[in-house]
Amino acid sequence: MTFPDTLRYTSSHEWVRLDGDLATVGITDHAQSELGDVVYLDLPAVGRTATAGEALAVIESVKAASDIYAPVAGEVMASNAAAAATTSLVNTDPYGDGWLFKIKVSDPAAVSALLDVAAYKSLVGQ
Amino acid sequence: MESPALHHSPLETVHLAHGARLVPFAGWMMPVQYSGITDEHLAVRHHAGVFDISHMGEFFVSGPGAMTWLNTLLTNDISLLKTGDGQYTLMLNERGGVIDDLIVYRTEPEQFLLVVNASKIEENAAWMTAHLPADGSVVFEDQSRMWAALAVQGPAAPALLGHLPPRNGVKTGGSVIICRTGYTGEDGFELLAPAEAGSAWFERFVQAGAKPCGLGARDTLRLEMCYPLNGNDLSPDRTPLEASLAPFVAMNKGHFIGRDILATQKADGTHDRLVAIRLVEKGPPLRSHYAVFADGQPVGTLSSGGISPSLGFSIGLAFLPATHTAVGTKLEIDVRGRHHAAVVVKKPFYHKPA
Repeated sequence: MTFPDTLRYTSSHEWVRLDGDLATVGITDHAQSELGDVVYLDLPAVGRTATAGEALAVIESVKAASDIYAPVAGEVMASNAAAAATTSLVNTDPYGDGWLFKIKVSDPAAVSALLDVAAYKSLVGQ
Repeated sequence: MESPALHHSPLETVHLAHGARLVPFAGWMMPVQYSGITDEHLAVRHHAGVFDISHMGEFFVSGPGAMTWLNTLLTNDISLLKTGDGQYTLMLNERGGVIDDLIVYRTEPEQFLLVVNASKIEENAAWMTAHLPADGSVVFEDQSRMWAALAVQGPAAPALLGHLPPRNGVKTGGSVIICRTGYTGEDGFELLAPAEAGSAWFERFVQAGAKPCGLGARDTLRLEMCYPLNGNDLSPDRTPLEASLAPFVAMNKGHFIGRDILATQKADGTHDRLVAIRLVEKGPPLRSHYAVFADGQPVGTLSSGGISPSLGFSIGLAFLPATHTAVGTKLEIDVRGRHHAAVVVKKPFYHKPA
């Protein structure tokens, strides 16, 4: 199981990659492994604004539906249509082509307040 | 966290060695998946898979009065079974509601094996014991904890054992009991073995090419076939006629518990029915409890649902009023506040390729 050390993480198992004020969000390798085969994504509309911790997307595995939360506040700039069409990308490439949405963050400093890789690994017992 | 009351399968060590994820199910810690539900599902459809079903219950009923007595407790006609035959049947409460669905096998002229759902072992045993005749002509024995059980399913499954009984049949050999039945819609068999021998049998079938499969795939496979799951599609408040299981109810065999209400429903014909529903477009998996609408009005809720791994579209079962059960009836399913177009389709969802 991999956890890139360049990312920030949440206790609800999202990862965040910040480029300027644009945060790309997905779910961690641990999360995709726990969920099992992802079969459906309900992704947010571009232009929607979210507060930190707000449910923004739904990810459905064979067995269950799970909410995906906005790690930080901001406006949705993009949703990953390719992953919605080929949901197995979330399982096979969770940090790459399996990203879920991009948020223009209101406060980039909020990202650095999220878990670093050591804290997240510790959270999931790795 | 794990409750101390949970039972553990005698095969648990083998499951963990094969990478199983164990979850609580019906009072047991059981594998929900190994390699992945979709992968396991397709292995059963195209080759062979092996499931641990040791959580299921095994009752033995014997004695000169066994057949007559069982026929008063079960909906199907057990007198049609010759030694070595099995049949799907239901046990009802006085209101005609389903206590459990099960398979009964005639293992000897005066001995029957009943394989029942794990979650209903205690309730079934209590019900049956309470109804035993006072004259001692029937012996009831709950042997559930003595047996490991495996389901080996798929087009390649029969060749993994050989010398199988015919479809729906049962055969005893040495210390094992082999049943030509399953819950997947594929050919195959279920093998009952003494609990301590279960792991070796499981490994033997894996070595022979069967993929370890968990309860997740067991559920998607049965749903594609529209096989009901007790607790979802069957309940003490729904009769087998409502569950669209009339072929397994022998109304002409004489009295059985629950028959009166079934006779009334049959004459009336206006009762709800369990129907198969699919989303018209690619969409989210259906789930039990989702609301079903027709022309914007609520008409029922789903009792089971998912995405069919074999077919790629979303499928479910729901009890609907008789007015909305015809194949082709247009419906909508509410998924998180959004209505998705759906339609009643013929059962089962999945047909084996010719």
